Amino acid sequence: MGMTMTQKILAAHAGAESVRAGELILASLDLVLGNDITSPVAIREFAKLGKDSVFDNNKVAMVMDHFVPNKDIKAAEQCKVCRGFCADMDITHFYDVGDMGIEHALLPEKGLVTAGDAVIGADSHTCTYGALGAFSTGVGSTDMACAMAIGKAWFKVPSAMRVELTGALRPYVSGKDVILQIIGKIGVDGALYRSMEFGGEGLSSLTMADRFTIANMAIEAGAKNGIFEVDELTLGYIRGHGADEPKVYAPDADADYDEVLHIDLSETEPTVAFPHLPENARTFADIGDVKIDQVVIGSCTNGRLEDLQAAAEIMRGRHVAKGVRVIVIPATQRVYLEAMELGLLKVFIESGAVVSTPTCGPCLGGYMGILAEGERAVTTTNRNFVGRMGHPKSEVYLASPATAAASALTGRITSPWEVMA
Amino acid sequence: MKYSGNVIKYGDNVDTDVIIPARYLNTSEPSELAAHCMEDLDKTFTARVKQGDIITAGLNFGCGSSREHAPIAIKASGVSLVIAKSFARIFYRNAINIGLAIVECPEAAEEIREGDIVEADLDNGIIRDLTAGKVYNTAPFPEFVQKIIGNGGLIASIANGAVK
Ligand code: SF4
Repeated sequence: MGMTMTQKILAAHAGAESVRAGELILASLDLVLGNDITSPVAIREFAKLGKDSVFDNNKVAMVMDHFVPNKDIKAAEQCKVCRGFCADMDITHFYDVGDMGIEHALLPEKGLVTAGDAVIGADSHTCTYGALGAFSTGVGSTDMACAMAIGKAWFKVPSAMRVELTGALRPYVSGKDVILQIIGKIGVDGALYRSMEFGGEGLSSLTMADRFTIANMAIEAGAKNGIFEVDELTLGYIRGHGADEPKVYAPDADADYDEVLHIDLSETEPTVAFPHLPENARTFADIGDVKIDQVVIGSCTNGRLEDLQAAAEIMRGRHVAKGVRVIVIPATQRVYLEAMELGLLKVFIESGAVVSTPTCGPCLGGYMGILAEGERAVTTTNRNFVGRMGHPKSEVYLASPATAAASALTGRITSPWEVMA
Repeated sequence: MKYSGNVIKYGDNVDTDVIIPARYLNTSEPSELAAHCMEDLDKTFTARVKQGDIITAGLNFGCGSSREHAPIAIKASGVSLVIAKSFARIFYRNAINIGLAIVECPEAAEEIREGDIVEADLDNGIIRDLTAGKVYNTAPFPEFVQKIIGNGGLIASIANGAVK
């Protein structure tokens, strides 16, 4: 039996000719990531190992993004721990206020990941880099600590689901709609322990931003990683961001996929995931009149320039509905700057939205847009669990930037097709 | 390893946001995390959980974020073992890495009732519901995982050279 993309990358990093699904391996890593929440725990565990250096100070990245600029004293203490550790260990890729961004938008932008890499991060959405043809997966702080020490992590080699894409997306439909549609089909444990491998002729119609969004939410289907076949667009992105020379792995013709999902992109519609699971996906035929109090456009899922452009196109020259609070959060400093230069921030502010410095903030109910009891938000984030954005009795509806922007204008969950008709 | 305790039962898709809400992630102190464990799902949990108690749950337990704070909060609450129909993968590896015993056993997770007294012997893959008088068999941990658990977690395994 042939190998999947993921299996080939894992074999290469385990120094093996081939690996099989179910096998336990110790793989060497190209990058180890942590943030301001998970790193302090990893640093405490790392200290127990009695090492005075990390395995490679160029292969550890630490990003202060969840609660920065610090929301309170405890958050400040956590960042201080990270700052001190990175100074002591001479970590090259430490990103603090001023040059930080949300980690999963930041690392590709800084050229820290290339095709064929094996990456772990103490953050579940580390699977985002699969868009670049890398194996990347979220782990916990102990894994991060050990990886910082020895440059390796243990994995059970995953089996895989192949997602075969055909067709092309219609206007105002994006990667977010695709992944919500897929999770709606297969459920939040539909790809549990497995890889989701995306490819097919439909791939060429997806932008890099679409692919990042889709790979980002592979974890929301329970997947270990999501990974895309590498094409010219990927190579252009990697080279354009100064990353290492890509190593391209294609699946074998007889790769052992235990399930194949066919997605015709031309049939994808604007899709919204209702509370309290990302699998509660609905299209507008089944949505009805759902009044909202808040809109959040941002996060590692949809805080890229293309996302802000999609939202601005809909909001330009229009005003947000009375009683709706709209919070726009560019994912990185560079996105923020480019959005400013393109005049997008002006569009948002004139339409009645606020624009924040990059932060995870409201995405995980941290700060900057917490919901009160009974309030509803349409957000471009990735999770709508109970209490995710505030009060346990508040509700989060997941949607694309275009749908979030359309909803901001009407005060109810609204399809971009309705507003732009 | 043997575990025994009173069962606290939950359903499917218990996510890390209800195990330990993000608003408490500005600390990583086990006892502080334990004080808010399960708060958004079950307000009575922290008051009634006793040392050694066993959680049973449905599918995809621990789905959501990679926060190790979740298994840490459960372990620091006194819970000795989680039996579920299935676990989310990051939670699964985190639990192993920090030394919280977890086992997948769909039958046991389905049938064992809230409040039952349960004994588990994971070396031999046996779960006994003493209240209902039923016995369930599970698969033993793979050797590599046994090595990690046997050495007291991943950190200890690396510190003593068992994993290089
Ligand atoms: S934006 Fe949200 S999902 Fe992404 S890393 Fe931050 S908290 Fe996690």
